[in-house]
Amino acid sequence: MSSLKQYIDLYNENKLVFDQSPYAISQLRNHAIDFLARYIQKPSKEHVAYPELATEYFFAPDYGLNINRMQFAVDIAASFKCDVPNISTLLAVVVNDTFRPTALLEKNLPQGVTVCSLAHIAKTKPEWTSKYLNVLADDSTAASALNTLLLQDGVVIHISKGVKLDKPIQIVNIFNSTAPLMASRRILVVAEEDSSAKVLICDHSQLRDVEYLSDEVIEIFAEKGSNIEIYDIEESTTTTRRIRQVFCRQEAESAFTMMANTLSGGISINDFHVSSIGDNTHTHLGGLVIGALKQIVENKVNLVHDSRHSTSDQLFKYALFEESRGAFGGKIIVAEGAEFTDASQSNRNLLASDNARMATAPQLEIYCDEVKCSHGATTGQLDERALFYMQTRGIPQEEAKLMLTQAFMADVIESISFDIIRERLRFLVEKRLCGASATCSTGECSGCKTSNVN
Amino acid sequence: MAEELLKVEGLRAGIDGKEILRGINLTVREGEVHAIMGPNGSGKSTLSGVLAGDPRFSVNSGKATFHGIDLLTLSPEDRSHEGLFLSFQYPVEIPGVTMVNFMRAAVNAKRKYFKEPPLSAGDFLKLMRQKRAIVELDNKLASRSVNEGFSGGEKKRNEIFQMAVLEPRLSILDETDSGLDIDALRIVAGGVNKLKTDKNATIVITHYQRLLDYIKPDFVHILYKGKIVYSGGPELALELEEKGYDWIKQQVDAE
Amino acid sequence: MTDNINANVPQEDDDIIRDATSGEYKYGFTSDIDTDVIPAGLSEDVIRLISKKKGEPQWLLDFRLEAYKYWLTLEPPTWAHLNIPEIDFQAISYYAAPKKKNTPKSLDEVDPQLIDTFNRLGIPLEEQKIISGMAVDAVMDSVSVKTTHKEKLAELGIIFCSFSEAVKDYPDLVKKYLGKVVGYRDNFYAALNSAVFSDGSFVYIPKGVRCPMELSTYFRINSSGTGQFERTLIVADDDSYVSYLEGCTAPMRDENQLHAAIVEIIVEDRAEVKYSTVQNWYAGDAQGRGGIYNFVTKRGLCRGDFSKLSWTQVETGSAITWKYPSCILSGEGSTGEFYSVAVTNNYQQADTGTKMIHIGSNTKSTIVSKGISAGHSENSYRGLVKVVPSAKGVRNYTQCDSLLLSSTCGAHTFPEIEVGNPTAIVEHEATTSKISEQQIFYCNQRGIPTEEAVALIVNGYAKEVMNKLPMEFAVEAQKLLALTLENSVG
Repeated sequence: MSSLKQYIDLYNENKLVFDQSPYAISQLRNHAIDFLARYIQKPSKEHVAYPELATEYFFAPDYGLNINRMQFAVDIAASFKCDVPNISTLLAVVVNDTFRPTALLEKNLPQGVTVCSLAHIAKTKPEWTSKYLNVLADDSTAASALNTLLLQDGVVIHISKGVKLDKPIQIVNIFNSTAPLMASRRILVVAEEDSSAKVLICDHSQLRDVEYLSDEVIEIFAEKGSNIEIYDIEESTTTTRRIRQVFCRQEAESAFTMMANTLSGGISINDFHVSSIGDNTHTHLGGLVIGALKQIVENKVNLVHDSRHSTSDQLFKYALFEESRGAFGGKIIVAEGAEFTDASQSNRNLLASDNARMATAPQLEIYCDEVKCSHGATTGQLDERALFYMQTRGIPQEEAKLMLTQAFMADVIESISFDIIRERLRFLVEKRLCGASATCSTGECSGCKTSNVN
Repeated sequence: MAEELLKVEGLRAGIDGKEILRGINLTVREGEVHAIMGPNGSGKSTLSGVLAGDPRFSVNSGKATFHGIDLLTLSPEDRSHEGLFLSFQYPVEIPGVTMVNFMRAAVNAKRKYFKEPPLSAGDFLKLMRQKRAIVELDNKLASRSVNEGFSGGEKKRNEIFQMAVLEPRLSILDETDSGLDIDALRIVAGGVNKLKTDKNATIVITHYQRLLDYIKPDFVHILYKGKIVYSGGPELALELEEKGYDWIKQQVDAE
Repeated sequence: MTDNINANVPQEDDDIIRDATSGEYKYGFTSDIDTDVIPAGLSEDVIRLISKKKGEPQWLLDFRLEAYKYWLTLEPPTWAHLNIPEIDFQAISYYAAPKKKNTPKSLDEVDPQLIDTFNRLGIPLEEQKIISGMAVDAVMDSVSVKTTHKEKLAELGIIFCSFSEAVKDYPDLVKKYLGKVVGYRDNFYAALNSAVFSDGSFVYIPKGVRCPMELSTYFRINSSGTGQFERTLIVADDDSYVSYLEGCTAPMRDENQLHAAIVEIIVEDRAEVKYSTVQNWYAGDAQGRGGIYNFVTKRGLCRGDFSKLSWTQVETGSAITWKYPSCILSGEGSTGEFYSVAVTNNYQQADTGTKMIHIGSNTKSTIVSKGISAGHSENSYRGLVKVVPSAKGVRNYTQCDSLLLSSTCGAHTFPEIEVGNPTAIVEHEATTSKISEQQIFYCNQRGIPTEEAVALIVNGYAKEVMNKLPMEFAVEAQKLLALTLENSVG
C-alpha cells in the first residue's frame, strides 16, 4: 500500500474538521486529493540517489497530525537556540504548523508590510488569498499535493508596492510534540512591484527523540522590480525529516535569492522550482550542507529561464562527515527564445569520511542559442598539501582540517550580501563543524561547548 | 664549541618505494649556516621534506636528532613547535583561509604547546606588524587567502615573514631563490640575515651559488645521488659555480 | 535501383573543396546485389532460421532464444532525451545477406558488385590497394563479406575474422566471452541484438602482442526493410595492444532503418585497446525523413590491472543516436577514456555519452565530450561517473561542452556523479554557448566565407577529440564535420 494512502484515509476520516478551514483553503483540497489518488494509482517515475529520498519511503512512517488544532505549550526561549546576536528581526514563530505572532512583531510592522497567519488572511481576504495560494505549487508533486490536502494554517508575507523593508523578517519553525508529528507548513510571499524584503527562516525541533516530519511549501511571487532574499538555516534533530518545496515566479527586473543551509537534521530535501517569466531577472540560489551521523541532504533545482537577458547563478557546497549522504540535482532549462540568458551552476563537495557519499546530477537543457551556460561539479577531499603546509607551521592536524573545511565553505557564506546573516552563518558553521569533527581537540572554538549536535 | 642542533645519521628515505636518500650524515650546530647544493634530482627537496615530516616520503632507516629529540617520530606540527621551519620551494595556496587566521592559529598552537595563554588580538596584530617590516610585506596581504594569487616574490617573502613570526631554531630554506628577481632576492636574503642569531641555524638548499652571495654559508655540502659526496667551506660553492656539477658527477661516478 | 548523384566521386585531395561545398550524403547510393532476405517479422522460428542459415551450434541458438524470451518482457527505454517514433519490430527483416554459397576464400569468389560497392565507399578490399597498415572486415547488411590481411595477422597469433567464422573456428573463445560484458539482460536493444545478431567482427590479441596495423570494420546497410544487428567482440590478452576502427554508411531512403549493435571488449592485465568510431549512417533528409536509428550498446571491461580502454567517437550520422560507450574499470590502476564529438543538424537527435564505473583502486577516467547542434536538432550528453565505496584513489575528469549553431536546436547535458569513497577526486565541467560571432567576423574580415569559417571554428572546437583518431580517420572525420554542418548557419 502506498504510504500516502494513510494520509488520504486520515483526511477522509476527519473531513468534517478539515472542512472548517476557511473556504479559500478548503476549496483547494478536491484537486489535491484527485492528484494524490491518481498518483497512488500510477506513481510518477522517481530517480532518486538514495532509497530514503523516494516519496514512498519519505512519508512511510505513521506520524500524527494535529487535526483538531490543539495548542501545544511551547517554551520558545528554550527551543530557540537560533540566538542571532546584533540582529533585530520582525520575528514570528510557527509551532508545528500554527502561526504564532510575537507581540513585538505586530507592533513593529511598518506600513505596507503584512506578516500574519494564513488561516486569518484566508478568512478575512478570501479573494486575495485565492489569487495567490497554491497558484505556483499547483499540486505539481505528491508532497505539495499532500501539503494542500492537509493544510490548515501557515504564514503570509505581503510587501506592498514600493515598500523597501530594511529589517529582516524572521520565521522560526519549531516542532514541539511529545508524539511523532507531521506538519503541513506553508509560507506565501507576495512581493509587489519594486518592493524588497529579506526573510530568515530557522528550523528547530524541540525534542531529541521524537520523530517529526515537515512537509513544507513556500510560494513566492516576485513581481516586477522586486527584490526578495530568503535565507534558511536548518538545525533540526536527527529524527526530523523535512521536505521543503519552493516555488517562485519572477517577473521582469526582479531579483530572487534563496540559500538553504542545512546544519543538522535527519533527512532534508530542498526542492527549488524557479521560473523567470519576465526579462532582466536575476536568480541566486545556493546553500551549504554540513552532514554528519546518518544524515541525508538533497538539494534539487529546477530553474526555468523563459525570458530575455536574465541571469542566474547557483553555488551549492557540501561537507560530508561520518555516514552522511548528500545529493544534488540541478536542472537549468533555457526555453526557446530566452535569448541572452547567462546561467551558471556549481556544486562542490567534500567527502570527509570513508562512509560519506555524494551523488551529483547537474543538468542543462538548452533550447536557444544566444546563451551562456555552464555547470561544474567536483567531489574530493581536503588538499593534502595545504594540510601539510599548515602542520609545518605548527597548526595541529585536526585544527588545520577544521580551518580548511571552513575555508571550503567560505565562498558560499561570502556570497550572502546581508552582513548580519552572513556573520551569523559563519558562526553557526564554525560551531557545527566543531561538533561534527568529533576529535576536535583544541577546545578553543567557542562552539564546542554549546554545540547542539547529538 | 656551539651546541649541536641537528644530527642526521645514515638517513635513508624515499617515495613510493623508490629510495632517494641513501645514507645522509649531517651535523648542524647553533649559529651555523649550511648550504646544501646539488644537481636536479639529487634529493635536496626530499631531505627537507623528510626533516619537516612530509607524509609523501617514507623513512627507511637512519636517525635525525633535533636538540636531543628524536625528530622523525614527531608530527609535522610538533616539529614546528620544537623549532623546525621549512620554507617551501612551492608555497601552498590555501583558498579561503586568510593570512591573519592562518598565522593566529599557528602562533597560538605553538603557545599552547608550551602551555602559554593565547595571544590577545592587540598583541597579535602588533607582532604581525613588527615582523612584516622585516621582509617589507604589504599589509594588504594579511587579509588575503594564504599564498593565493601572490606573485612568486610575494610567496617567498611570505615564507620568510612566517619564519620571523615563528622564530625557529633551525630554518630550512628550500630553493628560496627560485623564481626571484634580484630585488626580491635581496629582500628575502636580507630578512634571513636579520633573523640570524648565534642560537639558531639555517640550512640553505639551492641549485645555484647566486643566493650564497647574499646568505654567507659556513659550510657547503654537495648532495648527489642521495648522498653528501663533498663537504667544505664557502669556497666549494665558488668552485662549483666555476666548474659546474659535471665535475662532481664525473668524480663520483668514476669511483 | 538507381544510384544517387555524387555516388562515385573518387576521393582525390583536390576534391576536398568540392566535397565541402556539396552537403549531400555521398554514400547514399544503393547497390544492386543479389540478396538473401528473410521475410519481415520476429518469432522463435525466425531466430531458429537465422541460426540455421548460419549453421550455428546449439548453445548459441539457446543463447539467442533465452535473449528473445527476455526481450519479449521488455519495453523500449524512454528515459533518453529523444523523441522516438514507435518502431514496429514485426515490420523489420532480421536477416539479409549478399547471396553466396560459401564463405569466399579469395577475392575472386566475392561478388564483383560487392567489391564495387566497397570501392565506392573508399574501402578497397583488394589487399594491395588497402591503405597500408590497416586490415578491414567489411560487413554488408547482416554478413561479413571479406576480411583482409587475415594471414598476415595470423602469423602473430592475432585472430581477426567475422563473428560467424569465430563461432565455427574458435567456439571456446566465443563461448567464454560472449555476453560477459553486455549481457542480454542489459537493456531492450541488447536483448534484441542477442536474439537476432547476424554477424560482426571478432578480435583476439594474444599475450604480449602489439597488433602491427589498425583493425577496421566497415558496416554497410544495403537492403531496404532490414535492420542491422552486428556484434563485435574484442579480447586483448595480457600486455597486448590493438587499435580498432569502425565506420558505417547506409543508402538514402525515406524509411527509417534500425541498427542495434553490441560491442564487447575485454582488456586484460596491462593491455590497451583503442576503439575509434566514425559514425556516418544516413541521417535523413533536411526535413527529417528517413535515416538510421542507431541504438547501440558498447561497453568494455578493463578486467586486468593497469589495463586501458579508450573510446573515441565522431558521431555525425543517424536520425537518432542512442549510444553510451562505457568502461567498467575493475582492474587496479586501469584507465578509461571517452572522447566524443557529436554533431547534429536538421532534425537529427542524439543522446550519447558514457559510463565510467570505478571498481578498482587507483583507476582513472577522462571524459571529453563536444556536442555541436544545428538546425532543429537535439543533442544531449548523458553520463555516469560512479566510484564504488571500495575503490580508493580514483580520479575522474570530465569536460563536456556544447556549441549551438541555431536558435531552434537544443543542447542538453545530463551527467550523474556518484562518489562512494572519500579518496576520490571527481571533477566535472560543462559549458554551453553559441558559436562566437566575433570569431566568424574575424574570419570573414580575413576573407573566409561564413560557411567555411564555421567549419574551421567547429573543427578547432572539436580538435581535442579529433586528435585522438588515427590519422586516416581524422582527415575523413574532419571533412564529415564540415559536410554535416552545411547550410547550418543562417
